Amino acid sequence: MKLLSSEDWQAYPGKFIALWTDAHYAYALYQPAELVATLLVNGAYPALSHKGAGWFQRLAHDSNGHTAIGATDTRPAIEHFRSSDGTASWPEFSSPSGEGIHQVAVGPIHAAIIEPGHFRFSLRGEEVLKLEARLGYSHKGTLALIRGKSPRLAARFAARVSGDATVAHGIAFAHAAEAALGVTPPERAVYLRAIMAELERLANHGSDIGAIAGDAGFSFLDARFAWHRETLCEAAKAAFGHRLMMDMVIPGGVAGDILLGGMAAILAALLALESELPGLTRVFEDYASLQDRLVGTGIVPPQLAQAYAAGGFTGRASGQNHDARVSPGYAPYEHFGLEVPVEQDGDVAARIRIRLAEIIESIRFIRDMLTNLPDTAIVIAPPSGSGSGVGVAESFRGPVWHWLRIESGTIADVFIADASTLQWPLVEFAATTAILADFPLINKSINASYSGVDL
Amino acid sequence: MVWKTLARHFISHPAPPCKANDAAVAALRQRLAAAGHKKLGRSLAIRHVAAGSCNGCELELRATQNLVYDLTQYGLSFTPSPRHADILLITGVAGGNMLTAVRQAREAMPEPVLVIAVGDCAVDGGVFKGSPAITGGADSILQVDLVVAGCPPAPAQIIEGLLALLEVNDTAPRPVRVPR
Repeated sequence: MKLLSSEDWQAYPGKFIALWTDAHYAYALYQPAELVATLLVNGAYPALSHKGAGWFQRLAHDSNGHTAIGATDTRPAIEHFRSSDGTASWPEFSSPSGEGIHQVAVGPIHAAIIEPGHFRFSLRGEEVLKLEARLGYSHKGTLALIRGKSPRLAARFAARVSGDATVAHGIAFAHAAEAALGVTPPERAVYLRAIMAELERLANHGSDIGAIAGDAGFSFLDARFAWHRETLCEAAKAAFGHRLMMDMVIPGGVAGDILLGGMAAILAALLALESELPGLTRVFEDYASLQDRLVGTGIVPPQLAQAYAAGGFTGRASGQNHDARVSPGYAPYEHFGLEVPVEQDGDVAARIRIRLAEIIESIRFIRDMLTNLPDTAIVIAPPSGSGSGVGVAESFRGPVWHWLRIESGTIADVFIADASTLQWPLVEFAATTAILADFPLINKSINASYSGVDL
Repeated sequence: MVWKTLARHFISHPAPPCKANDAAVAALRQRLAAAGHKKLGRSLAIRHVAAGSCNGCELELRATQNLVYDLTQYGLSFTPSPRHADILLITGVAGGNMLTAVRQAREAMPEPVLVIAVGDCAVDGGVFKGSPAITGGADSILQVDLVVAGCPPAPAQIIEGLLALLEVNDTAPRPVRVPR
């Protein structure tokens, strides 16, 4: 960690990832994994001008009461309802002015089976002029619950930051704890973690691609991809005892070895997906009415993706080639070589193409790792030491970062940055490139997590 | 170009596999059909509300609609509007920020309403129990008729829970609540 003066803190160059505060410092994380800090003065620190810093500064204000001096966006992040009876008046949502401009409110309860969040659209006819997302509805106080617990106990909370990326968050948390305590997990555990992470990626990519097609009224792809998610989840259950593989990754290793018959179940699920994928891809590419909904819809321009340093397939569909598995990189991916697909179009179709390409890569990975599974222990007990560490893992939607400060075996402070935090502003922008009816497709194509940012 | 595509679609492909657990699904279907028809003679509509989940329960809830479990075959379906719903299905903890929204959804539903809490968080707060940001499980804000535990419960367990509700419903009068 580099301690900076407030001038250097503001002028620090680099691609911004996350910002948070503890009792004494404000921290900022830059790519690939550079941690800098500045002293808090009277509970305040100079605001950063990086585009992505907004949500983090609002969150630091809500959860720790620390003010970012000079911040332009001071809306609450997670503290919506401060009155004792649980109610509060709605905030004002500003609209661009002009004739015929009106607002449409959506949420916090959505039509589909998804998490809560409020969207306020400003429209002229069907054209979306502005979207403001009000998040924080899933706030559960996760960070506060992690403090004061041992890394092993706290792993249960890390696994529930965002359920669809439970393995990735588990790995990032374990990486942070292991870096803080200076331990290296056994090789077999590292491989098993990666197998689980790739299974999670496959399940999510598949079901999201299907759901996008379903939202466009094309239920065949939805049905088939949902079936593949089902076989992958059942394979995960056969191999690791849980359909989402929750609580399998723990600091020091993994909670259990691959079960008898699990390997066969995984290989069968992979084969089923692999053999049907070319056909499904062709259907996706062939149907003009489907392509018509997806091509040119919800465009995230490469400059914007770069300004937010967006990771994951959202960034990669808009010209960014970040992948945390490559940079900063972590075991065991260096042994297997990773093709990072990149596209420039930045629309819904490009994001789907990236995800289809990643499915093929992940299938190859899992097979390679299963054949080369090292024969070592699967877990070591982390010592009860002190230290701090940053951990990262590439979830299906992008990099997730965990920071821990451990004092004699107990977590003194923690911060978690899901990839979604830098992607929500992109959702807000992408919505304005299309009509209101296309928003479900755009939202699903980026699939930012609500729970992951509400913490 | 068009002809090539057309020709390709004339060639029939073998039907893709679509059964995961035949026995379990068959058993569920039988029980649901028996219970549902006897008493209700109609379908039940479910309004799902995520009151503060990690999105794990939503994944599995969505999976109840896939072609392995196919929830609609039992006459159960999800509806976007609480006005059309018979069942209020809550996932996640009772988060402070969702309190008003959950209450409003409940009030918008026509009586009688069955309330189901799905997942450990909705049952009693799960791992988040004791957090100051939440009030606990779904029963801390609503009267709950049925709980389905699990973190998250598998789709088959969720369907099993819905079935249990229909079976209870079969022998006992449907709970009638005084509207608030």
